[in-house]
Amino acid sequence: MSTILSVKDLSVTFDIRRPGAWPWTPADKLHAVNEVSFDLAAGECLGVVGESGSGKSTLARAIVGTVPSSGGQIMFEGGDLANMSPAERRVHRRDVQMIFQDPLAALNPRMTVGEIIAEPLITHEPNTPRAEVKKRVAELMERVGLLPNLINRYPHEFSGGQCQRIGIARALILKPKLLICDEPVSALDVSVQAQVVNLLMGLQRDFGLSLIFIAHDLSVVKHISDRIMVLYLGRTMEHADAHALTTEPEHPYTQALISSVPIPDPVLEKARSRPILQGELPSPLSPPSGCVFRTRCPKAVTSCAQNRPVMLDIGQTHHVACPYHAPRDVLATA
Amino acid sequence: MSLLNIQDLKVSFITPEGEVNAVNGLNLSLNEGETLAVVGESGSGKSQTAFATMGLLAKNGRATGAVNFDGQNLLGMSTKALNKVRSQQIGMIFQDPMTSLNPYLRISEQMAEVLTLHKGMSKRDAITESVKMLDAVRIPDARNRITNYPHEFSGGMRQRIMIAMSLLCRPRLLIADEPTTALDVTVQAQIMQLLGDIRREFGTAIILITHDLGVVAGFCDRTLVLYGGQVMEEGQTETVFTKPTHPYTLGLLQAVPRLDRDEVELATIAGEPPDMSRLPAGCPFSPRCAVAMDRCATQRPPLETLEAGQRRACHKPIAEVA
Amino acid sequence: MFPNRTTVEDIENAAALAEVQGRSLWASARARFMRNKAAVVSLIVLILVAAFALFGGFFAQWERDFVDFSLMGRNAHLGVPSFETGHYFGTDNSGRDLFARTVQGTGISLMVGIVGAMVAVLVGTLYGATAGYFGGRVDGIMMRIVDVLMSIPFMFVLILMLVIFGRSILMLFIGIGLISWLDMARIARGQTLTIKNKEFVEVAVATGVHPLRIILRHIIPNLLGIVVVYATLLVPNMIIFESFISFLGLGVQEPNTSLGALISEGAGTMQYGTLWQLLFPLFFFVLTIFAFFFVGDGLRDALDPKDR
Repeated sequence: MSTILSVKDLSVTFDIRRPGAWPWTPADKLHAVNEVSFDLAAGECLGVVGESGSGKSTLARAIVGTVPSSGGQIMFEGGDLANMSPAERRVHRRDVQMIFQDPLAALNPRMTVGEIIAEPLITHEPNTPRAEVKKRVAELMERVGLLPNLINRYPHEFSGGQCQRIGIARALILKPKLLICDEPVSALDVSVQAQVVNLLMGLQRDFGLSLIFIAHDLSVVKHISDRIMVLYLGRTMEHADAHALTTEPEHPYTQALISSVPIPDPVLEKARSRPILQGELPSPLSPPSGCVFRTRCPKAVTSCAQNRPVMLDIGQTHHVACPYHAPRDVLATA
Repeated sequence: MSLLNIQDLKVSFITPEGEVNAVNGLNLSLNEGETLAVVGESGSGKSQTAFATMGLLAKNGRATGAVNFDGQNLLGMSTKALNKVRSQQIGMIFQDPMTSLNPYLRISEQMAEVLTLHKGMSKRDAITESVKMLDAVRIPDARNRITNYPHEFSGGMRQRIMIAMSLLCRPRLLIADEPTTALDVTVQAQIMQLLGDIRREFGTAIILITHDLGVVAGFCDRTLVLYGGQVMEEGQTETVFTKPTHPYTLGLLQAVPRLDRDEVELATIAGEPPDMSRLPAGCPFSPRCAVAMDRCATQRPPLETLEAGQRRACHKPIAEVA
Repeated sequence: MFPNRTTVEDIENAAALAEVQGRSLWASARARFMRNKAAVVSLIVLILVAAFALFGGFFAQWERDFVDFSLMGRNAHLGVPSFETGHYFGTDNSGRDLFARTVQGTGISLMVGIVGAMVAVLVGTLYGATAGYFGGRVDGIMMRIVDVLMSIPFMFVLILMLVIFGRSILMLFIGIGLISWLDMARIARGQTLTIKNKEFVEVAVATGVHPLRIILRHIIPNLLGIVVVYATLLVPNMIIFESFISFLGLGVQEPNTSLGALISEGAGTMQYGTLWQLLFPLFFFVLTIFAFFFVGDGLRDALDPKDR
C-alpha cells in the first residue's frame, strides 16, 4: 500500500492572550498538538480518539489547512503542506475534504442543498456546465441516500442524519483522496449513527478513500478503523492496530479509557472490574512536566515527572509512549 | 406501594405549526430505592416526561393523566404544594449544569439558600451541611472551593455540584436527565460511579434518562424503552438487553458498535427519528420497523404484560421478533 | 450499500418524483411576519403613505409653489381645510396649498430616510463584514476609522457644511449618508465574527472558496436578517434627524419642503389659529415613524434566529 499522508512531528500552537493584557506582553502558548507523527496508506482508515482538549480536532484542521502548523511536516502525496505554492495548495484542498460534528451548523442555512453540495465543484471547476453540475449533485445525493428531488430544499428542513449525508455528499463531489471526519456521528441519534457509519464505510470501499475518523466514542472508532491513535493533551499515547489496541492496550491511559467505556450488556457490565481514572484533564496551558498523563496515571513513578517518554516500537506496528507499558485485557470480567 | 406511579401521561405543546404530542399515554411505576432507565432517542418524549413530573413544562405545554408521587397527584396540585414536594422530595439534574447554576453567585450561597429556605437552617449550619454534601460527591478541598463561582469548576465538577445540590434535602427520588452526555468518557465513568454510591448511601430512587445503552446496562434495575412518546418495552435491564421482545429495542441494541466484539457491518434501523407533530395512528415505530404488518400503521398495539413483569407494545408475536 | 430498504425503493421511484421546492428561512420569516397583525397593518399604512407621497400630487388642485394672494393676511379664516376651495389641507402661512406641500414633504422625508438606510445597508454591511471576516490588523484599522468618525460631532459638522456649501438636498444626503453607516458597520462586524466561526464557513475556507465569495455567499446572507431589522429602525431615525435639521431651518431649501420644515412652520404659526398647519404634517410624520417602528419590530420577531 502506498502512503498518501505522512505526518511527522506535527505541532500546532495557539497564542492565548489573557483578557486585559497589554498588546505588547507576549501571549501564552497553548500547545494543542505536540509532535504527533503517523502515516496513512491509501484506502486505510485511521481512528483518532481522545477526550475533549486532546487536540484531535486541531490535528484534523491542521491537515485540512485551516489551522497553521507551528512545527513538523504534513506530507500529502509527497508535497509538504507548509511549503506549498498556492497552485499546489488548491490541488491539496480538492483532495482533502472534511465532515463535521454538528451537521446542521456545517451547512449554510441560506443555501439550498443543491447549492451546498455543488459549491466545491463550482469553486474548483468553474467552467462545468450547469446541467452537468446538477447531474453530478443528483447522482451523489442518491449515493449517500438522499432523494435527488430534494435538491432545492434548505438544510433546516432535514433531520440531523440527513444533514450529515448532505455534508458527506459535499465532501465527496470532488472525488477527494482523503476524508477527515471530525466526530461525524456523535451529534446523531443512536439509530441514525449506524446508518452514517455504514455509509462512510461503504463509500470508503467504493471510492478507495482514506479516512481519518476522529471521535471520543472508542466503540465507533474501533468499528470503522484499521488503526487507532490515542491522544492525550496533544500528544500521542499509543498507536496500534484497532483490534490490538482495544483488546490488548499497552498504555495505562488507553487501558483507563477502555475501562471507562460502558458496554451495553448488563451481565458483562456488572461483572467488569473497572479501575476508574480519577481526576480531570489538566489545563493545556500548563501541561504536566515529563509525561503529560502522569498526574492521573495509576502507574506513575517519580521519574515520569522528569523525562518525556519516547515512542516505543513494540512490534507489529504497535507504538506506545510509556516505558512501563504492559498489555492488559481490560474488557475481561474479574 | 410504589414511590412514583405515572398513569396515562399525555404531554402536548401548542405551537404555531400545530399541536405537538410529545408524550402519548405513558405508564410507569418506580419503587423506593429503585433505579429505572428511560431510554429513547430525540423526540421520544423522555425529557418531557421528566419535566411534566416536575411541573416544569414550557408555557405552551399541557400535561394530562396522573403523576402520583407517594400517593399525591402532582398534576393539578397547587404551585405552593408542588414546590414543597419538588424541592424536598424530588431532585433533578440536567445535561448542562450551567443552566441551573447561577453564574453570578458563589456555590456556597446557592447551596445554602436551598437549606435555609426549605429546611429553615441557619446560614452557618447550611454551609457546614453543604460542605459535607460536596465531600460526599468527592469535590476535592470542598471547604475552600465552596466559595468559588460555577465557572471556576470543570464540567465534571459542575455536574458533581449539581448532584450535591439536588441531594441537599435528601430527596427520595432523583431524576437525572442525560447527566453525562456532555462529559468525557472517563468523567462519565466517575459520575456514574458516584450516582451508584449515592444510591447505596442514601437509598435514593433514581430515574436515569439517557440515549446511551451502555450507561444503562451497568446501572439500572429496570429499563423502559420509549419511542414517539410511547412505551415500547419495559422490563428488568438484564431481560430487556439479553432477550428484547420489541423490534425497536432489538434494532437499537444491534445498531450500537460494541468494544468487546468485532462486527462486520452494523445493523441499522431504517429512516429518521419521528416527527412528533405527524405520528402515525398506530405504532409510532411502524414506519421504520423491519417486521411491520399492515395493521401496525393503523392500530396502536396495547402494552401487554408478560411474565416477570416485562411489558411490550407490539402486534408481532415474540417468536417472530427475536 | 444503501442505508435501508425503503430508501432504495424511494430512490428507484425518484425519477418520477418532481423536484420539491424548499421553504427557505426567508419564506418562513415571511409567514411569521404575516401573522403579526400590528406589523402587517403598519406595512399597509406605510404603503399608503408612500402612495400618498408618489401619487398625491395628481389630486392636488393647486401647484405647491402657487401663492394664493387672495388669502394674504386672512389665512386663519379663508385658508381653512375645505373641499370647496380645493385646499384639502388648507393653506400655509404664505397662502400656498398645504396638501401639495405635505405630499412633497412626505416624499422628501421618506427619501431621506430610505437613502440613509440604503447607504447604511450597502456601505455599512460590506465594510463591517469585510472587517469582521479578515479580522486581526485589517479589522483593527477599519474599526478604528469607524471609531474616529463616530467621535466627530456630526450634527455640528453637518450644520457647518450646510452653512458653508449652502443648503441643498444633496448636501443633506451626503451628511446623512456619512453617519448612517457607522452603527451598521459595527453591528455587521459583530455578527460576522460569530458567523465566521460557524462550521459552514470553515468548510468553505477548507474547500478553497474565494474570500469575496465567502463574504457574499456565506456571510452576508446570514447577516441580512439583522441588517434588515436595523435598517427599518434606521429609516425613522433618519427622518427624525432630517426633521431636526429642517426645524433649525438648515434643511431643505424653499420652495422645496420636508415634513420637518412644515412642522417647524406650523409650530411657528400655532398661536394665529391655524393649527392645521401643524397637525397635517405632524400626522403624516407620526404615522410614518410609528409604522416603521412596528414593521421593524415585526421583522425582528420574524427573523429572530432563536425562533427557528
